Amino acid sequence: MGIPELLFLLQGLKWTLALSAIGFLGGGIAGLLVALARTSERTALARGTAAYIALFQGTPLLMQLFVTYYGLALVGLQLDPWQAVAIGFTLNASAFLGDIWRGSIEAVPRGQVEAARALSLGYASRMVDIVLPQAFRISLPATVGYLVQLIKGTSLASIVGFTELARAGAIVSNQIFKPLVVFGIVGAMYFALCFPLSLVGSWLERRLAAPTR
Amino acid sequence: MSYSLDFGPVLAGFPDLLRGCAGTLFLAAAGMVIALAIGIGGVALRSSPVPALRWLVIAFVEVIRNTPFLVQIYFVFFALPLAGLRLPPTPTAIIALGLNGGAYAIEIIRGGVGAVPKGQVEAGLALGLHKRDVFRFVVLRPALRAVFPSLTGQFVMLTLTTSIASAIAAYELTSVAKLIENESFRSFEVYGTITLLYLLISWLVMRLFALMAWRYFSYPVK
Repeated sequence: MGIPELLFLLQGLKWTLALSAIGFLGGGIAGLLVALARTSERTALARGTAAYIALFQGTPLLMQLFVTYYGLALVGLQLDPWQAVAIGFTLNASAFLGDIWRGSIEAVPRGQVEAARALSLGYASRMVDIVLPQAFRISLPATVGYLVQLIKGTSLASIVGFTELARAGAIVSNQIFKPLVVFGIVGAMYFALCFPLSLVGSWLERRLAAPTR
Repeated sequence: MSYSLDFGPVLAGFPDLLRGCAGTLFLAAAGMVIALAIGIGGVALRSSPVPALRWLVIAFVEVIRNTPFLVQIYFVFFALPLAGLRLPPTPTAIIALGLNGGAYAIEIIRGGVGAVPKGQVEAGLALGLHKRDVFRFVVLRPALRAVFPSLTGQFVMLTLTTSIASAIAAYELTSVAKLIENESFRSFEVYGTITLLYLLISWLVMRLFALMAWRYFSYPVK
């Protein structure tokens, strides 16, 4: 395990970070729409998004990546592997974040919405000014928890053929025949990314639990 | 659109896919048994009077929960032969799944054990029950009952995680699908079909756990 191998792994780490960031940003925007649709008073919309969420929560992430990867090619979109994978993660994140945020929106005390209604605030103002800021606070621990899950999940992009950290590890391991050293280092890199986030997540959870109980 | 869907190869390989489903369920069930054993043992060790043991459990849980399963399964795959244990891919995958699920099970069950009131343990001891029996009947059973929904969710997740075992060619649904895809090049049809099969499998596992909860934990709370 020399400097060039280590640099190659760091190159992979960069892509892991990029993929996580894209998935989180794209999934965050789409997830907000999913959460709003899921909590909507229109039953068709709420049921449709419930099915969307159930589909993503009831199937392996690996299959979701495969199906978006080959499905996009099928409808004639010629995409680079990383673009297809980024779309796959965005869809997955939108469903999971959508469900987390749905729970947070529902956890905002009912009286808040009723009070906003009594003040004749419209839907947009009710959401933006009253519900979402409170839901945001409630959602933080679970959102950070999902971010850890997303970072770990990006390792599956390696199976589709995209060279991020896990695949970089497999390549180096095949070159220098020291799988335990290489995967030990790769694991340590993931740990260095995820563990601080996990700590932040449990700290937020404790802080959130303190004043309400 | 010049591409036309052809489910012929999927239909021809459907008996194989069903056997793959059985493989997935077997992998998941075996992994769950190990995970539950690690979970219960880990929780017992975590309250051990020996600090080193407690820290070992905490370190195990954090390392597993903060690294990807793919890296873990590769590590186990290469580490076992070096430790003198040459196993076929499927048992290797079961060990990796058990270790992974075990770490999550420890965290979940620990939450349940923590919620058992101290007075109940004291009452059990006062009634002359052995310490082991207090743990089994007074602590563990109500704890498992309290965390059963989270445990169900985690085990459904474990079932879906088995698809990653295809990376070391363990016998399960995704590996079978890969073989059919390699022969037919009908990637979308094959993976689309098994995605639906996975949906069915996770629904089945969920129903099974609901049945278990009804069978074992439907005694009255108070």
